[in-house]
Order: sequence, then C-alpha cells, then structure tokens
Amino acid sequence: MVPLNWYIGLSAVIFVIGMVGFIVRKNILIMLMSIELMLNSVNISLVAFSHYLQDLRGQVFVFFIITVAAAEAAIGLAILVALFKNKAAVHTDEIMEMKG
Amino acid sequence: MNIPFPDLRPVTPEIIMTLSATALLILELIFKNKGVLAFIGILAAAAVMYIMPASMGETFGGMFISDSYSIFFKFIFIINLILTILISLRYIQRQKAEYGEYYSLLLFATAGMMLMASAKDLIILYLGLELMALSTYILAGIKRHDVKSNEAAIKYFLLGGFSSALLLYGISLLYGMTTTTDIYKIAEHLKATGVTTTLLLSMILIAVAFLFKIAAAPFHMWAPDVYEGAPTSITAFMSVGPKAAGFAVIGRVFYTAFQNIQTDWTTILIGIAILTMAVGNILAIVQTNIKRMLAYSSIAHAGYILLGIIAGTTEGLNAMMTYLFIYAFMNIGAFAIVIILDRGEELSDYEGLAKNRPLVAALMLVFMFSLTGIPPTAGFIAKFNLFTAVIKAGYTWLVIIAVMFSAISAYYYLRVVMNMYMKEMKQEAAIHLSPSLSLAILITVLMVLIIGIMPSMVIG
Repeated sequence: MVPLNWYIGLSAVIFVIGMVGFIVRKNILIMLMSIELMLNSVNISLVAFSHYLQDLRGQVFVFFIITVAAAEAAIGLAILVALFKNKAAVHTDEIMEMKG
Repeated sequence: MNIPFPDLRPVTPEIIMTLSATALLILELIFKNKGVLAFIGILAAAAVMYIMPASMGETFGGMFISDSYSIFFKFIFIINLILTILISLRYIQRQKAEYGEYYSLLLFATAGMMLMASAKDLIILYLGLELMALSTYILAGIKRHDVKSNEAAIKYFLLGGFSSALLLYGISLLYGMTTTTDIYKIAEHLKATGVTTTLLLSMILIAVAFLFKIAAAPFHMWAPDVYEGAPTSITAFMSVGPKAAGFAVIGRVFYTAFQNIQTDWTTILIGIAILTMAVGNILAIVQTNIKRMLAYSSIAHAGYILLGIIAGTTEGLNAMMTYLFIYAFMNIGAFAIVIILDRGEELSDYEGLAKNRPLVAALMLVFMFSLTGIPPTAGFIAKFNLFTAVIKAGYTWLVIIAVMFSAISAYYYLRVVMNMYMKEMKQEAAIHLSPSLSLAILITVLMVLIIGIMPSMVIG
C-alpha cells in the first residue's frame, strides 16, 4: 500500500506549484487554473486522510469543494468575459485602471 | 439505516433568507419595477430579524449552532442588508445596473454570512464563506459595462479564490491531525496532542484566509481597488458585512479550536494589528478619492477591531462586537452621503459643500467625527469601550499605539470636513434625494448620535 506521507507530499507539491503559479504568472486564465490546482491538491490530501483515518467526513468535504470550485470557475470566467468585452485584456499588467 | 430528520428551528432564519433570495430570482421575471423586489427583500430581512431571537439551539448533528454570539452577528448582517437595500434603490438605477439579481445576491450573501456566524463545523464555515464570497464577487462587478467595476470584480475574485484555497489547505491539515472538522472536537483533540509544527502551519493558513476577508495588512491589497471600482452601495455592503463575518469566524475558530496555542496566535495577530493600523491610517492620508480613503479607513478599523480578539477575554470579544455594530451605522452612513451627491467620489467634490448644501455637509460631519472617534458620537463610545477592554487585558502599550494611529486618522477624516466648511465652492453640488435614501441616512445618523449620547443602549 502507498504510505500516507506520499499522498500528503504529492498534495503539498501540487499546492505549492499552484501557489507559485498564482503569484508568478500574469495571465488571469493561468491564475484561475492555479487556483483550481490548489483546490485539487486539497482534495487529494482530504481523500488520503479520509481513507487512512477511516472517517467519511473528508470525502464528504471533497464533494462540497468540487461543487463550490465549479461555481467559482463559472463566476470567474463570467467576470473575465465581461471584462474582456469592455477591454480586450487578460494580463494583469494591462488591467490597471485603479492605482494608489 | 434510519436518519432522523434534523430540528429546523435553529436554522429558520437562514432558510427564510435563502428561500426569499430564490423567490426574488423568479419574481424578477414578473415585476418590471425592481423597487418591489427591494421591498420584498426588506420584508424578508425584517421577518428574519423578528424570528431570530427564538432560534437558539444546535442542529444537523452539531454542525450548526445558534447561540447569542451568532445571533448578535446576524443582527449586524441584517442591519447591513436593510441599510444597503435602502441606499441602493435609486442609486443602481442611476448607475444603470438595475438587474433583479442585485437584491437576490444581496440576500444570498447575507445568508452566507449568517451561516458563517453559526458554523460549528469547518465544512459549514467553508460553505457559508463561499456563498458570501461568490455573491459579493458578482455584486462588485454588477456594473458590467464599466471597466472599473469589472476590474474590481476580477481582483476580488482572484484574491478571494486564493485565500479560500489557503483556508482549505489549513482545514485539511487540521482534519488530518484530529480526524474531525467539528470546531469543539478539534479543540479537545488539540489539547490532548499538544503543539506541533503542522498545527502552527494550519493555524497560520487559516488565519491568513480570514485576514484576507477582513482586509488586514499585509493581505489588504485588494481592498482599495475593489472598494473604488465597485458600485458605492456594494462598497458600503462589503465594508461591513464580510468584515463582520470574518471577525465572527476568527472569534469562533481561534477562541475555541485554537485555544491551546493562544499565545502563538496572539503574537501573530499583534503584529498584524499594528501593521494594519499603520498601513490603513498612513496610506489613507494620501488618497484623493473618497471611496479609496474610506477603504483605507476600513482597513485601519479592522486593525482596531483585531485588538478585541487579541485581548483574549470575553470583555474584549464583547467590545469587538459592539464596535462592529456601531461601525456598521457610521460607515454605511458615510457611504450614503457619497451616494446622495451627484458627483461625490473625489475629495475635491466636497469643497464648499456647507454653503451649498448645509444639511448634507452637517450629516457628513457627524459621520466623519464618528469615524474619527470624537464624542458625542457613537464612534467614540466604540473606541473607548474597546480600548478599555484591551487595557484591562494587560495590553496597555498596544492601546497607546492604537490611540496614536487614531490621532493620525483625524487628519484625513477632518480633511473632508475642512473641504466642506473652509474651502470655496467651485460649482453647485447636485443631489439625488429619494425617500429610501433619506430613511437610511436618518436611521444611521440617529443611531450614531443616540448611541453616542446614551451608550448604555449597547454596552452591558
């Protein structure tokens, strides 16, 4: 059997990749993907914990996270489409109406 | 397997709120006049407020709790909702953003906040937080033909999504350590296991996520842009509701779940609170847009309110709640004045307002005095009450710092007053008066003055 530490390690690595991606990349679509990556790394660790602890709460939580992530992606893309209609830009550097 | 039907009495306020929000979505198709929807929204809020005191109890297998702590916060959320609906009625028509979903989303966001305040389980807490956050993202961008509003929404969305991912990672670590997501059972578990590095990491991740929601420095970057770009009525809504909800969960999670590492989180929060007060008050000085200035001021206020959490006593927690209650009135009042003016977003728009519109200027004066904390306004009572509680908890030096920053804040609040009373008028200021807006201003100004003169109403 694969030990728990491997799953947790995998989840931590994916989470950090997502976090670094969110901070480093300037394209809003890539930033959205990075957030999804972070959420899915949480799902991996929750399911792994749930299995090793023999407790179903973790898996229930994962279903909620998947649902909310779907809603979040829909809303994020909708906002991006609305922005794109007014101003053809997906780079955070180009979206700088407000400063200070 | 026999699953007992849960006791629905404690959740009735949330159920009514959600049902009315859903009903508003359907009614939007029927009514051309969106004012009817606003009226229904206020009725729903009033109904919730009426039945709330009777909703004490625990339900859904101990995942949801309605106690006096959550009920007080729900009062703040409902007041916030009612005042926001009142100030936005004509304003969103003027801004050409009068979509029926507007009111429905306001109700959904409030339902999310209510769930957060009542969460006894981290799953419910997360769901409530997302319901609130997702609704506010859309509301921030509801002026969809305005680039600034779009930009506010996308910035809020990206940073909000990032912070909720951090929250989830913290929760998953906590779940791995304790086999449960129940806040009270987590506390029991952690008492038995003691302090570990993983525990500290998960506490920091959860703290960062909550600090994002209350816009504490250094996680405040989104606040000024979002507050400026969003419609002013939504700015008023966001600066009170989600902030109060954030404090509600910080109070609940940190005081119960993380009880055994109180010294650790107190140290972190002291640093954050000082930084927040510094950033909020100092950067507010250089702003020329009043919505941005109020954004930094709300960051500064988050810093003061954090002191109530740091105090670590019941008295501190009570003072924090009182502060948030009073803050709701004075802040929404100030935004209502911004809304009443045809051109009121820049600080220079206020020059000579007192000669032109003496009543509007006088009202703004009251709110600015209250935000500064000058007696006899409610803002003074809020600060006095909070600082007394913190001193009693033994953090006198922290209060001295807070008072110093509070003195700095007088500079930028009173600059608005100076602009109104001591500068020459450049042009006639046009105002948009409507009955609902006047009612909102009347309620807020009366509350600010009455609490200021008779503090026994809210203290004790």
